[in-house]
Amino acid sequence: MSQMEPARRKVLIAKLGLDGHDRGAKVITMALRDAGFRVVYLGVHQSPEDLVRAALEEDVEAVGVSILSGSHEELVSDLVRLARERGLSVPVIVGGVIPPEDVQRLKDMGVFEVLLPGTPLAKVVEVFKKALGET
Amino acid sequence: MSESERLKRRLEEWEREVVAPLLKRFPERKSLFTTEEGIEVKRLYTPLDLEGWDYLEKLGLPGTYPFTRGIYATMYRGRPWTIRQYAGYGSAEDTNERYRYLLSIGQTGLSMAFDLPTQLGYDPDHSLAWYEVGKVGVSMPAVTEMDIVFRDIPMDKITTSMTINATAIEVLSMYVLVAESRGVPRAVLDGTTQNDILKEYIARNNYIYPPEPSMRYSVDLILYAAKEMPKWNAISISGYHMEEAGATPAMEIAFTFADAVEYVRWTKERGRLDVDAFAPKLTFFFASRTNLFEQVAKFRAARRMWAKIMRDWFGAKDPRSMILRFHTQTAGVLLTAQQPMVNIIRTTLQALAAVLGGTQSLHVNSYDEALSLPTEESVKLSIRVQQVLLYESGVVDTVDPLGGSYYVEWLTDQIEERAWKYLDEIERMGGMLRAIKLGYPQREIARAAYEWQLKVEKGEVPIIGVNVFAEPEVPRIKVLKVDPAARERVVGRLRQLRESRDQVKVGTALDNLRRAAEVEEVNIFEPIYEAVRARATLGEISGVLREVWGVWRAPEVF
Repeated sequence: MSQMEPARRKVLIAKLGLDGHDRGAKVITMALRDAGFRVVYLGVHQSPEDLVRAALEEDVEAVGVSILSGSHEELVSDLVRLARERGLSVPVIVGGVIPPEDVQRLKDMGVFEVLLPGTPLAKVVEVFKKALGET
Repeated sequence: MSESERLKRRLEEWEREVVAPLLKRFPERKSLFTTEEGIEVKRLYTPLDLEGWDYLEKLGLPGTYPFTRGIYATMYRGRPWTIRQYAGYGSAEDTNERYRYLLSIGQTGLSMAFDLPTQLGYDPDHSLAWYEVGKVGVSMPAVTEMDIVFRDIPMDKITTSMTINATAIEVLSMYVLVAESRGVPRAVLDGTTQNDILKEYIARNNYIYPPEPSMRYSVDLILYAAKEMPKWNAISISGYHMEEAGATPAMEIAFTFADAVEYVRWTKERGRLDVDAFAPKLTFFFASRTNLFEQVAKFRAARRMWAKIMRDWFGAKDPRSMILRFHTQTAGVLLTAQQPMVNIIRTTLQALAAVLGGTQSLHVNSYDEALSLPTEESVKLSIRVQQVLLYESGVVDTVDPLGGSYYVEWLTDQIEERAWKYLDEIERMGGMLRAIKLGYPQREIARAAYEWQLKVEKGEVPIIGVNVFAEPEVPRIKVLKVDPAARERVVGRLRQLRESRDQVKVGTALDNLRRAAEVEEVNIFEPIYEAVRARATLGEISGVLREVWGVWRAPEVF
């Protein structure tokens, strides 16, 4: 085990868009907290604008967004573009109801990882650790 | 020696002489078997588990108090449940086509899905709305869209259920206007508006205004329908979304009834009405999961509880006020993206539970819904599942076929007992509105969701294709994609409407609405209806109400 545990491990979890299904986002928030992360949970109805602002203000090291409404392509594309414009350069992880055929397109936009339904929490935690450069 | 003493002795003998030696050679698979509620399940149930259990008190006869066995005397022998698949996407044209398809393959009622902007009071060209137009339902900014959705669909014959809450009056007004333009008066319209705002704060998150004005809005629809739309079910008080968010079966029914009690209290007071004047039109909506017997027990316990609440808490005299009429949807959270065809088996069991539980209408999820909205092909199978149950299985031939099962009756009592505890807890807090502000149901549900997920992680809850019998790849199946042109069509028509309408009329209607919203005593239904009639858009109407009533920000409970 490394003795150099990162000091902050601060990440942001949010529901991007108007979708209200927040079970997954909340469960992942709890899992990350249990794994020692500090999680800023932004809740539902966040626009790409809201999210980038919050991520900058809270100075987080990664952003996780959950989308179950099928609007992931446009929302994530705007999120990534805005992040670039505002100088937010942290990994973005996307989860939700996402057809497998869309995964590569999201990654091509610059998304760090896409988590599909049924992903074990252990895997989710691992992805966030990886995003923070811990593994 | 009494019969139960004889049985008790035989049972002890059996445990000692038959079971114990068997267990030595063949131990059971687990040391503890439990239901999803966490109730320990015994190896065997006998009449001893129902000692002191009074048939007439606990069950009665179908169609009579306490309605445990069913709300109608003949149940499905007389009237089948309504096959009602929740549907709608893209533009009004796409949705019309889907509805006519569903009806052509044997669906017997409509269930309208609206997109998120419609549910949250934004027009499709609003900046927050843009991404979501037509994605999870049909876009419905104005009455012109409703007219297209119902082309060639007989509004006097079909029953239509609408999943619409924070903007229920706007959307119902559109439906009424279209029907009346075709010579179908509102008094004969039959259907349901979900109109259950409390569960939005708890689990579904499609709220706009703070709880008090939202309750006024919801109750005003109930009061209006009680007077002008005698066949309309003004509200469908929903446990489904709480189950989807993580609620256990007892939580699902208890929180639903705590919501219902709040609506009944508000409606009685605001309308100065006797409970029997509106309670017969209250309806409910629950989930059905794969754990078959526990779900059947849940539905049966729920019927018994509601009858008791209405009779004993509210002094209802009319049996129609006491019956729990409900819609059921199979649990979406139990669908898997992995090995998606397995979902057909799950939903068949879930549908069976709903039918054995006595549902009045049913939606069966389609196998591809962990990935996207259903295709025509997948939704057809959902309807076929219902038809096989109805026409081939024979489970509909007698009322409440599981009634009298030692296990199911015992489990029904267990679920009921746990649900009363939750309900009492919420009463102690001062009712559901208060509990919501304290974050109580939200926290309980989130906790249950996390606990369930941890059990999945540990393999204590096996899910075929996910944590057992998993295969490496998620197969690519054909999924439905919403045509991006749908948004252009809707927005184009909306801009045209805004230009062609009588602006003075719209302005006057919105001013009247604003004044009405400011005065607590006024029923808000007619001012909204008049604004819709004047061709004000849904976003404009919600916009006025937002200005007067403000918006709700969820409490920091998480």
